[in-house]
Parts: sequence; structure tokens; C-alpha cells
Amino acid sequence: MDFQVVVLAGGNSKNLTPLVSKELPKPLLPVANCPVLYYVLHQLEQSNLKDLIVVVEGEDAALLVGAWISGTFIDRLHVEIAAVPEDIGTAGALRAISHHLTAKDILVVSGDLVSDVPPGALAATHRRHDAAVTTMLCSIPVSGPSESGSSGGKDKAKKLGRYNIIGLDPSKQFLLHIATEIEKDARISKRILHAVGQMEMRSDLMDAHMYAFKRSVLQEVLDVKDTFQSLKEDVLPYLVRSQLKSEALLNRTPQGEENGNEKVSSQNNQAFISRILANASTPSFHGIYSKNPDGSSSTRKTHKCCVYIASSSSYCVRLNSIQAFMDINRDVTGDADHLLSPNNIIGPSPKLGTKTTVGPNCRLGEGSEMGDKCQVKRSIIGRHCRIGSHVKVVNSVVMNHVTIGDGCIIQGSVICSNVQLQERVELKDCQVGAGFVVTAGSEYKAESLAKKEK
Amino acid sequence: MGAQKKGATARVSEDPEELARHPLQAILLADSFTTKFRPITLERPKVLLPLVNIPMINYTLAWLESAGVEEVFVFCCAHSKQVIDYLESSEWSSQPNFSVTTIESHNSISAGDALRLIYERNVIHGDFVLIRGDTVSNMSLTQALQEHKDRRKKDANAIMTMVVKQSKPSPITQQSRLGTDELFMAINPVTKQLLYYEDKAEYSKGFISLDKTLIADNPSVILHNDKQDCYIDICSQEVLSLFTDNFDYQHLRRHFVKGLLVDDIMGYKIFTHEIHSSYAARIDNFRSYDTISKDIIQRWTYPFVPDVLCGSSAIKVERQGTYRASDVTLSRSAQLGSFIFIGQGTKIGNDTKISHSVIGERCTIGSNVTIEGSYIWNNVTIEDGCQLRNAIVCDGVILKSGAVLQPGVILSFKVVVGQQFVVPAYSKVSLLQQPTQQDSDEELEYADSTSGTGELRSDKLNGDIAPDLSETASELGTGGVGYIWKVFEGAYDEEWRHSVAPIPTDKLVKLMLDRDEDEELLTQDGNVISASGELKTDSDGNGSEDDDNEDSRDDYVSFEKEVEATFLRAVHENVKVDLAVLEVNALRLSYNMASVDCGGAIFYSMMKLAVESPHNSASELHRNAADIVTTWQKLLKSFLHDIDEEIEVILKFEEMCLESAKDFAALFPQVFLMICLDLEDALMGSR
Repeated sequence: MDFQVVVLAGGNSKNLTPLVSKELPKPLLPVANCPVLYYVLHQLEQSNLKDLIVVVEGEDAALLVGAWISGTFIDRLHVEIAAVPEDIGTAGALRAISHHLTAKDILVVSGDLVSDVPPGALAATHRRHDAAVTTMLCSIPVSGPSESGSSGGKDKAKKLGRYNIIGLDPSKQFLLHIATEIEKDARISKRILHAVGQMEMRSDLMDAHMYAFKRSVLQEVLDVKDTFQSLKEDVLPYLVRSQLKSEALLNRTPQGEENGNEKVSSQNNQAFISRILANASTPSFHGIYSKNPDGSSSTRKTHKCCVYIASSSSYCVRLNSIQAFMDINRDVTGDADHLLSPNNIIGPSPKLGTKTTVGPNCRLGEGSEMGDKCQVKRSIIGRHCRIGSHVKVVNSVVMNHVTIGDGCIIQGSVICSNVQLQERVELKDCQVGAGFVVTAGSEYKAESLAKKEK
Repeated sequence: MGAQKKGATARVSEDPEELARHPLQAILLADSFTTKFRPITLERPKVLLPLVNIPMINYTLAWLESAGVEEVFVFCCAHSKQVIDYLESSEWSSQPNFSVTTIESHNSISAGDALRLIYERNVIHGDFVLIRGDTVSNMSLTQALQEHKDRRKKDANAIMTMVVKQSKPSPITQQSRLGTDELFMAINPVTKQLLYYEDKAEYSKGFISLDKTLIADNPSVILHNDKQDCYIDICSQEVLSLFTDNFDYQHLRRHFVKGLLVDDIMGYKIFTHEIHSSYAARIDNFRSYDTISKDIIQRWTYPFVPDVLCGSSAIKVERQGTYRASDVTLSRSAQLGSFIFIGQGTKIGNDTKISHSVIGERCTIGSNVTIEGSYIWNNVTIEDGCQLRNAIVCDGVILKSGAVLQPGVILSFKVVVGQQFVVPAYSKVSLLQQPTQQDSDEELEYADSTSGTGELRSDKLNGDIAPDLSETASELGTGGVGYIWKVFEGAYDEEWRHSVAPIPTDKLVKLMLDRDEDEELLTQDGNVISASGELKTDSDGNGSEDDDNEDSRDDYVSFEKEVEATFLRAVHENVKVDLAVLEVNALRLSYNMASVDCGGAIFYSMMKLAVESPHNSASELHRNAADIVTTWQKLLKSFLHDIDEEIEVILKFEEMCLESAKDFAALFPQVFLMICLDLEDALMGSR
């Protein structure tokens, strides 16, 4: 398939401290005992998109991620690892690896996407319309984080100020307007509205950070607009804004694969076919718009911005906050457990002490041991953990190699790898960074505990 | 009437279902309150202008009757006498189950005034249909009414349902086929609630601003650019009272609809009802007159077409959409094209070509005349060899032989065009002189809005025609009568937009080029705004803050002056302390100052008085000051409630000493001591 996939895996995310660290970059953050990057790669593999470039921020992180991928997906995927400097933004990362891009279309996926929407569907939509850019939209999950801990309310309030405003054409195939974080009012271009006639403004859709770009367009935009930092904030809005007056194709002599060009096109067979396909479908407003009143095709260039709207039943969340991390862990073991391929997760049955109960929607990693009279509810426990007696773990995530002393009570918390909890520790809504030692009998509520940086 | 009304309301309170059994009422505004049909409307009201040979108001009334309306209130203002006379002599005055009542006004200048007047008359008892007398429709009201009533039951704030229709404006001219400006509406697709309405789009702005909360409240909003407002509204009684409450509402859409949409305190809601297969359109300008006439001839408005509306079999429909009255005298060699209407008693000469036109009754058309896309009313004489393209020719006009009307010409009543004269495109010709002073508000028809002035004018007209003849001969060729109205600067650009004539191709090409240029500018602007929007607002914020500071400083200076004046008046006129306190307090409130400022200002005034009163030595000055302070201690005291305020006064004194160094500087220690004592007293006193 003539699609090249770029997975923007990220590196150290500030939003996720103290969960991520130098030893554990964001792509490897375990979700239900399985690195978050796995979910994306697995979906890509399912869609037969096997030509990947994984972009990681930072050299060290890149090494770690590369090691994991080659271990897990050996001879299943063709993966290149590219390390880029930190803080150059998504557009910057693409710019840095621009010379690696060779295929006609590029699929850009965020590495923190946990979703069951097939990327192939997006790619197909992109091809069908011969679009310059296609973006995936999914409905904002309504199942609120309200039930999981006190920080839910705060997060929700934040979310309200952060929704996307998306304008669609009546057939819901084309993206006409996109805006994020508007200050007071949405400004909608009249020109596009004139061309389309009616535009549906939706605020219940979310940009899922999965895009398909036409390579030539993407590279040109990145070249010309060298101040663009983010795909979502800069590149995509720019392309949407200029879709009826495409500058991307005017500056350079167009190549055969670009649409709307009559001179060189017939050399490229595939482009020819795709144009026929595009014409066969109902003429979009782009085509009508680019015609003069007398019917002749004018010099005006347009490009298409398409959307693929995931069905509301599909699961699609980005892991970009601690709250999201908690939610995804809960959902992956609960409602959306079809995301996990079973062979990768269930290790040999862990050793359980007497009268220890493990409730539904739980995961226990291989080699973990639990003492007597423990309770585990709606939680995930990693590999090789040692858990003492009378321990209660509710709504929590415990990563690998964690030692939990007797009588600990853990609620709504994240315990990173190699943490030691001594006896009778009580944690509620806390995040404990890797390698931290919590002294016996201490109680914490809604705190973030981490080792000091050396 | 009063008793009847009382009975009605009593019944309503007993049973809400009774509401539905009210006879359906309608308000028909027989005045458009605009000047778009000038100069024709100077002599005849718009609703009586013939539309395919039948006065417009007949279409509206016929539709209302067929839609189940039982009681119509016709509001007439401009030329009200003519409207009333017409209605009385027409068949509408004697219909069973359909009563037409006229409401006359002489001083209403807008739809808002009209509705306020109707509210005062107290004749509307339930939901009503609000419509203009220039609306042509054949829609069924049943569904829209039912929707409106159902919504009303659930939500008492749903007070209005607007009828809209699909109509995509031309992407080039950005106006609909009716010649109206493009309209932007935001509608909730589920509830059909109207959320945004913008009809006078500013062309310079390349974007629409939707309020953030609007999008936040509605998960899905559809922005429409492809809808046309039919100006048929189903309203609840509250609409009338709202117009009365908001006495500044004039225009139904621009003020009322927008006012309701912006106002979220009352929470009134407007909904839309879209019609798909039926017809509804309003004649707003000459272009829509042209479009709707063609629609009528092509029978889109069935059953409201001339042959049905006339009732009798006088008019027959023939092939190719030709309507011909029974006694038309037609030359054998005349060529009648498609979609034409020829009224009774009209004579048409040899080799005359007519297509896409309406010709009224008792017209005489000579030989070798070409008429294309024109509207010729009654009793018009067109002599041999004339050419008419896309023109409107009113009653009694005479075109002498060889006259040519270029596209877009309007000839008002009884104009005479001289031989071989070519009337230039888009001219408006009338026997009346153009009102020299254009109304400040172009929308409102003041001068001729009363029948009284109308009559006056016609008197004058009769007297003036003879002398005018010689004067205007040059203006309309030899033997021509009438004035060619001048087009105002700037308005010329608009002429072709609303004219009967189709938009010429060169205009379209020019527009397209313009648009491309505009777009370039707009995209650039857009970029600039998005790039530095934040910065800009920041600097704005700082600027306004500075302004605020400056303002408050200015305020304080003028406040101080006021207080001083008050104090001096109190001293010279022996005003009682209590009253002085009251006055200063009033000043404090009006300038929005704290009592500290009052104390400072009063003390300043006191010291100033002491300095200005005649004195020879420092000790005298001291005595003066002491006197004043002791006399007006109470006044000062009433504004000094705590230590901070006293300190403020002392600081003030210090400031004064620095300013007027020579006078007080020497005295500073003494006076300071005195003040301190005084203040101590004051403080003690207040405790």
C-alpha cells in the first residue's frame, strides 16, 4: 500500500510527570501492562500499514523505544526509528524527518492514541476523495471521569474550555472549519460558506490526531511556512482555511500527482485513476466553485480537506494527561477490552494468598505475588510485584516490580515501577514516581510523589 | 368588543385547548416602510402595484384565505386612503368567513410602530400570522402552525416561527435570485431553533462571528447561507407586547429578531420552519418583482395564478405559457413569444415582437415594437418602432415612436418619452421631481407616508404639468414629460443589483475578479489576525487601562472643583451643614468617589478659602484657617470616619503646602497641630 506512516511517539511529556521519566518515556508507559505505543502499532498492523517511521523526542528515549519495538514487532512491521530534538512540535518533527518521506500519501498518527478505529478506513477515505488532508474525528467520550476520583471535576471544567469547533459540509465528508481554544467567538469564513451553502458546526467532535496528508502538500507547507509548530494548531487550520484558494500548488510547478493539473497528469497512471474515481463520485463543492460562470474550468486551485468520523460506538482516547491515563486503564480492562490481544497480556497466573479476592476488570502481570486477605478491584498490577497481606487496591494502576507492604490501602492512584510502599501506607488519588520509597504509616491524598532529580 | 374580549380571556383561563379554537388571525402590513420602489410608490402604494396584472395584495389575501386565516388586519400607512378604497371596492370586503379590517395610521414609520399601534388596538387574541402585503405564497400553514403550537405548549418562550426556504445565493453577486442580500442563519438542526441571523452582511468582513457560548450550548449548529427568509412569521401574542416594551424596535428582522437572539435574559426563542415544495417569496425590490412575476407566469405559485385569481374566464392560458385575455386585438403578423401575459382590451400592431413580458389592460402597442422581459401596466401607449428591454412601464405612459428603453428603466405614471429618445439604462423617470433631500434614514418613507401629503402633491402635480412640459422637453426628448431621477453617488453601484434587468456579464466578470482580489486580502488579513491576535489584544488592554487612569484623574480634578464650589456656596449663602453634607454626598455618588476623596476635597476648599480671604500676616491667615475649620468642622467630620481618612487629609494639606509654598509653608506646624487637635476632637466626637 502506497502509504507511509509516521507515528509521533513523543518523549517526555510534562503532563504525565511523575509517571514518565528518563527510563520510561511516554511511548513505553504501560497501559494495562502493555506500552501505549503498542495499541497504535497493533492497529496499524491490523490495517496492513506496515511501513512505519516512529519519531521519538530525544536520543535516549529513541533507543529505548527502538529496543522495545524490535523486540516486540520483529519481522511483523518495517519500522524506522527517528530521534528528533525535544520541543520542536509536531510540525517540527515532521519537518525534521521530511527527507525520509517518499510515498504519495503520509499517514500521521499520534503515538498516544488508544483507539479501535482502523487507520485503514482513514486512509481509504483520503484516497477516495484525493484529498490534501484527511483527519479523523471522534466523538468526545461522554462517560465522564467523574466516577474515578476527585480530580475528575476539575479536569472536566478544563475540558469544556478546550473543545474543538469543527465545521462540516452537509454530507459530513469535508472539513470546512476547525478551531481550538477560541477566546470568545468563532470566526467562520464566509467564502467557504458561500461555496458550500450550509455548514454544520459541531462541538461534540474531537480531533483524534490521526491525519492523512498528501506528501507533496505536506512537504510544501512545512517548507514554506517555517514558523508552523504544530500540525493540529497550525498546519491543519491553514490547509482548511486555504482549501478554496490553494497556495500549496501554485508556488511550485505542479507534479503529475497533484489534482487539477491537465498538462503532465497522464504520465502518472495511478493519479489518473484516482482522478477518475474522484470525478465519478458526486461533484463536490470544490469542483463547482472552481468553475467560471460560463462553465469552463478556471485557474483557481482548490484542495480538499476531508474527515473520517469514527462511529460513536468506537473507542478513541488520547493518553495526554494523568486523568486520561487512569481512564484508559479503566476502559481497556473494562468496556473496551477488545483492544487487547490476549496473548500479550495474560502471563502465568500469579500467586495469590488465602482469602485474597481479585475483582472483575483487573489485570495481574506475570510473576506477581500477593499475600493473604488482599482485595483488588478495578486495578491493574504489573509484573513481578510483591504485595503483602491485608492490602486493598482500588481503581489504581500498579506498574512493574513494585513492593507493597502489609496493610496498605491504595485508591485511585498510580504507582510507578520499582516503588516501595512500606507498611500501612494509605494513598488516595496520588501519583508515585518511579523508584520512590513511601515510609511506613504515611498517608497522602491527591499528591504527586517523586524522587528529586539528581 | 370589550365584552367579547373579556369572554375570550375567561374561556382561555378555563381551558387551554380553547386557545386553538380562536379564529386564526393575521396582520398584513400594507406598507413596506422602504423606498425601494420609488418613484412608483410616490403615487401608489406598493401593495396595489400590479403583479401580472393583479394587485400584489390580492395574492397575499388569497393565500391567507386559503391557508385558513379568518380575520385579517390590514395595516396601512403610506397612501392609506388608496388601500382602504381598494379593499372596500374589492371582493374582499364581502367574503363570508374571511373578514378584512383595515387599521389606518398616519405617522407610523416602521413595522415596529405598526405593531405597537395594533397592540394598542387590542384586536389580536392568540397566535397570528404576520405577513407583508407584498408576499406571494402557496404554502400550507397547517404544519407550521401545529409545530408552533406544540412548541408553545412545551416552552412558553417559543414565541415565533419563521418560514424559510432553500435558496442558494449566487456565489458571485452574493445575492439571492430575489435580489436580496445574502443571509446567514445558524439553526439548531434538531430543535430548529434560530440562533443567529445576519442579513445585512458587511462585505468587508470575510468571516462570521459566532458566540462561543452558542456553540458550547448546542453540540451541533448548522450555518446556512442557502436559505431565504420568506417573511411569513407565525407569532404569539407576546410579539406585540415585546414591540411595545422595546419601543426602539423598528425593523422586524434587524431589530426584533436580532434583539431577541442577543437578549438572553428574557429567554425568548425563535424557531424556523422550512418549506420544501411550496412557494413563498416577498417582493422586496425590482429584481424580485421580475423574478416573482416570472414564477407566477410559470405557475410555481399555483393556485395563485392570473387565470385562477381572476375568477372569470376572461383570461386563457395557451401554449408556451401565454396568457391572453379574451378581447385582445392582435395583428396577424405580431410575434408572441413564450411566457407572456396580455390583458384585456390591448391592441398590438403589425410585426411586433413580444417575449417574457406582461402587458396590462387597454394598452395600445404600435407596429414594429420589440418588447422583451418588460412589465407594461395599464393604459400604456407605445407607438411604432419602440424597443423595450427589461423595463417597468406604469399606467398611462406614452412612448412616442422610435423611443428606446434600455435595460432596467422604470417609467412611473403618465410619463411621456419623446420621439427617438433613448432612455439610458437604470433610469428612473417620474412626473414628480426627485425629493431633493434624501431622508437621513434611507429605509424610511416619511414624506409621502400620509395620504394627506399625497393628495397635496397630486394637486400640485395637476397644476404643474403644463409649465413642466417645456422645461423637461430636453430631458426626455421632444414632447417628453417627466424627470429623470439622478442616481446618488455610491448608490449607482447598487442600481444593477436590484434592477429588473439581469446583471450584465461584464459586471459579473468584474465582480469575480474583485472577489479574487478580496480573497487574497482576506486570507492575508486572516493570517495577520491569527498570528498576532493575542499581542494586539494585550496592547489594547494596556491602552484602555491608561485611559481609565487618565479618566479617573480628570474625574478627580473636576470633582474637587465641584466640591469647592459647593463649599464656597455653603459659606457665602450660609447653607446649613446638613445640607452641605447632603450636597457633597450627592457629588460623591455622581462622581463615584470614596468618602476619603470628599474629606480631602473639602479640606482643600477650606484652606483655599483661608488663603484667598484677605489677610496681612501669617498669624491672621492662621486665624482665618482656624475659624473656617472650626465653623465647618462638622462638615469635615462627616466624611472622616477612621484614621486612614484623616491621614489622607493631612497628606492633602502637605500637598497644598508644597504647592503654595509661600503662604502655608510657614504655618505648616501650627496648622498641622490645629488639625491634629481638630481631628482628634472629630474622632472623639464620632465615637
